Amino acid sequence: MSSGIAGASLQDRKTDQRSSGTDGGAPTKRTPAGAGRRSRRFRREDLIKLGFVLPAALYIVLFFGYPVVKNVTMSFQEYTTKTFFTGEAPWVGFANYVTVFSSQLFTPALLNTALFTAGSIAGQFVIGLALAVFFKRRFPLSSFLRAMLLLPWLLPLIVSSATWRSILDQDSGVLNAALGSIGLSGVPWLTSPSVALFAVVLVNIWIGIPFNVTILYGGLQDIPDELYEAGALDGATGWKAFRHITWPNLRPVVSVVLVLGVVYTIKVLDIILGLTNGGPANATQTLAVRSYQESFVNFEFGVGAAFSNILIVISLLFAIVYLRVNRRAVDE
Amino acid sequence: MRSTTTRDTRPRIIRRPHVLGSLAILAITPFALTACSGGGGAAAGGDAGTLTILDYYNNEPDKTLVGDALDRCADDVGVKIKRETVPGKDLIQKVLQQSSSKTLPDVLMLDNPDVQEIAATGGLSPLSDYGVDTSGFAKGILDAASYEGEVYGLAPTVNTLGLFYNEDLLAAKGITPPTTWDELKTAAAALTEGDTYGLAFSSIATYEGSWQFLPFMWTNGGDEADLTTPAVAEALQLQVDLVNSGSASKSVINWSQADVNDQFMAGKAAMMINGPWQIPALSADTNLKYGSVQVPVNKAGQTPVAPLGGEVWTVPVTGDKDKQAKAAKFVECISSDENQLALAEARFTVPTKTALAEQYVAKVPEMAAFTEQVANARSRTGELGEEWPEAATEIYTAIQLALTGQATPEEAFKQAAAG
Repeated sequence: MSSGIAGASLQDRKTDQRSSGTDGGAPTKRTPAGAGRRSRRFRREDLIKLGFVLPAALYIVLFFGYPVVKNVTMSFQEYTTKTFFTGEAPWVGFANYVTVFSSQLFTPALLNTALFTAGSIAGQFVIGLALAVFFKRRFPLSSFLRAMLLLPWLLPLIVSSATWRSILDQDSGVLNAALGSIGLSGVPWLTSPSVALFAVVLVNIWIGIPFNVTILYGGLQDIPDELYEAGALDGATGWKAFRHITWPNLRPVVSVVLVLGVVYTIKVLDIILGLTNGGPANATQTLAVRSYQESFVNFEFGVGAAFSNILIVISLLFAIVYLRVNRRAVDE
Repeated sequence: MRSTTTRDTRPRIIRRPHVLGSLAILAITPFALTACSGGGGAAAGGDAGTLTILDYYNNEPDKTLVGDALDRCADDVGVKIKRETVPGKDLIQKVLQQSSSKTLPDVLMLDNPDVQEIAATGGLSPLSDYGVDTSGFAKGILDAASYEGEVYGLAPTVNTLGLFYNEDLLAAKGITPPTTWDELKTAAAALTEGDTYGLAFSSIATYEGSWQFLPFMWTNGGDEADLTTPAVAEALQLQVDLVNSGSASKSVINWSQADVNDQFMAGKAAMMINGPWQIPALSADTNLKYGSVQVPVNKAGQTPVAPLGGEVWTVPVTGDKDKQAKAAKFVECISSDENQLALAEARFTVPTKTALAEQYVAKVPEMAAFTEQVANARSRTGELGEEWPEAATEIYTAIQLALTGQATPEEAFKQAAAG
């Protein structure tokens, strides 16, 4: 094995140890310093500091704290159209959660959410990584093409989903016409309950590719060329170079892309509403769609809030994973 | 170096889960904020001689046509008006927002199946408080606008569903417009050719799909109070047969009524179930010759019963007694004979006063089938009231299950009822 490769993975291992060490040490160092400052009388400098913190704190409390707290309380209330006029939202304890968990649609929606998220992430990441590696090489028009890749990102989602809806139409859609011209039979993309989720995942992959390419391409740019040169001297080119140089060095970025991807994908609503509205026969119901429909179609805001709280908890778990992963990347 | 990318993206993105996860609440937050700042807004909404009006006719030509009627009534009642229009899908959210901030308009338009839900919140005042005469109106629309025995609103005109057919395509096959389900199946099969399906209808997984199912269900004696009866299943079987035989596209489960109309206008459907509000678009295409008849019945002799569509004008409780009285006069004026005929003629809708039907059909012969259909039409909320949305959800869920082959029509309604 070459020195370059060994060096890279060794560096990785060291980082791991170092970061776990800092984790433990940091709080003990900070606490006494903070206590000491508090005991002193307020100085002008502290007021200025406070002035910098306050707007951000106020913003967070107003636009993140309040909605989240309100959403949690709402999920324990019978919050309906009446509430808006009378202001009364009777406390119902866990009744909304009972409604959610005993709903026939809960398990399918949870499963669909998992399938949708896993499928989308897998597709987006693999294709995104392949494209990012591809565009690492310089060739005529490469930067132009890379810019064009961002196109799906620039389109409003409602436009994308309407366009895809017509592309995927069973009778007159372009996709089935193309399949027909090469002798394949048309696929009932959005009309068959067994295919619809797959079709929705396909569209979401298309939408998610630019994000994956952009972040992964950025990560690739940061891998020093010397590693590849050293690797090439030792015979590591092509797949070997990817396996032993690119992948280990890209790993921190990869974890970030994946976790962010999950958090982005799990709450996708507009694409599903635009393509299938949760149908056919509830085949594309996800937790996000349930939350939306309970709140804004059935006007059962309490039940809708319960659904979205479940979604928040799941997202939160991944956000915690993200924070841990990210801290490691920063320490490095 | 490597970490720069990730660190840059973090602050922006990490908050997304909270923001979008708590979608419902974010939409409410501004409401609560307006509640604080705009307290007592109703009184501040203009001087005593100005009525505020909210409706969802935000597209032309309806916006102007309804606006003209409103202006006539403003002159009549002797008030000034301040009108606001919002897209149809936003109206209820807007009304809820205004309820919580106490800034409801003086005159409020509501889609008829929503009236009871809003009346139940206590946000509307009964028209009997102001001595408004509600006699002479078709029973169906009064049912829709009534809650606990009180009438809360009046509709100048209403609409319903009928069967539109492409005259050229039917003539080419020598087919007369079908009147029974069997004729409908035969005609649809015969008219299906190449890119063209015999029939198009909307079975989408929204209330729209349920509304399109009602003419078949009600005509056959089905009732929303018990959806597990054979009469209801038979009506669904008809849709299943039409789709499975290829006379209707499998895509009907994703089509809204606007999509259905597009298919019909593009010549991809020889017949369609749709409402008279499509007539302006259909008439604009000079190459298209079309006619309309009542929705076919299961067995000859049955009376076609279609659902009643249309908007009702109501008087919200704003706390200003004087203005509420003026608003009631205004609502009465919108539904006057003169306005009913003017609006019906301009918008291809049907007057709600039964006595005006004959006069109207004489003026607008192409509305004959729909006018007859309205006479027997039922309102969606007449029987179940606030419970209607649950029944409607069961109906469209069952339709979707059956049309996708997940269940037989009987099974589909049982599964849908299980929630």
